[in-house]
Amino acid sequence: MTEQVILLVEDNPSDIGLTRRAFKKSAIGNELVVAEDGQEALDYLFGEGAHTGRDVTNTPMLVLLDLKLPRVDGLEVLRRIRADPRTRRIPVVILTSSSEEHDLAAGYDLGTNSYIRKPVDFQQFADVIKQLGMYWLVINEAPPRN
Amino acid sequence: MSDKAILLVEDTASDIGLTQRALRKHGIGNPLVIAEDGQEALDYLFCTGAHQDRDIKDTPMLILLDLKLPRIDGFEVLRQIRADRRTRPLPVVILSASGEKHDVAAGYDLGTNSYIRKPIDFYQFAEIVKQLGLYWLVTNEPPPVV
Repeated sequence: MTEQVILLVEDNPSDIGLTRRAFKKSAIGNELVVAEDGQEALDYLFGEGAHTGRDVTNTPMLVLLDLKLPRVDGLEVLRRIRADPRTRRIPVVILTSSSEEHDLAAGYDLGTNSYIRKPVDFQQFADVIKQLGMYWLVINEAPPRN
Repeated sequence: MSDKAILLVEDTASDIGLTQRALRKHGIGNPLVIAEDGQEALDYLFCTGAHQDRDIKDTPMLILLDLKLPRIDGFEVLRQIRADRRTRPLPVVILSASGEKHDVAAGYDLGTNSYIRKPIDFYQFAEIVKQLGLYWLVTNEPPPVV
């Protein structure tokens, strides 16, 4: 398998930094691509805007998706991922500080694979990143690319 | 950890035994409900047949779904879970011996949350059951009950 990237869709610089550190600590070697708002994530996934010309068949192995994002929010990004045959099978994990029941329900209704509440404590956050990396990059059988 | 059930849909006696032992060994105390074919799984989920007196709101926290099953196969069970709003958001992990590309693709297309290939070795199998138990019962935020 070619080394597929992990797409982190997150606008908070400290959470981006924490995720990078947690991945490094867990020896997860996949390249982390960061999109700081929903539009940038869609541009990356569909090869548009600043990512025009990117080979869109080279899909991320995993998308870590925050919900509250500038320009286009996380739920809309998820909806667009599931609506396009090129991206619909990509595993998406919502990683958010929101514990609102309607966000949780909407995430599952739109077809998220998993929903994780960000722990506030760094050590716990690092443990969660390690566990989800292990689960989605090692244990889970990745969907075949179209 | 909640005491909501794990529904294991599996017809092979030795795999049922291995899963029970692996969950117990790792202190995962949720009751394990076993359905030995697809029809029994649907009866449990939709409170029909032998399960007609069960409360449908008492949804399992996780469904572990084999694909090759007597009477109704795993794909059809998954299709029916996703087609009914009462069961649509439930986390489903396909746990199958098949690594066939078309099975993996069909599983994701029908909306499985995750697809895991059953290892043949007992220790590997136990380790995977442990990891998926921790991931889906502790780390993942389950959908709200509809």
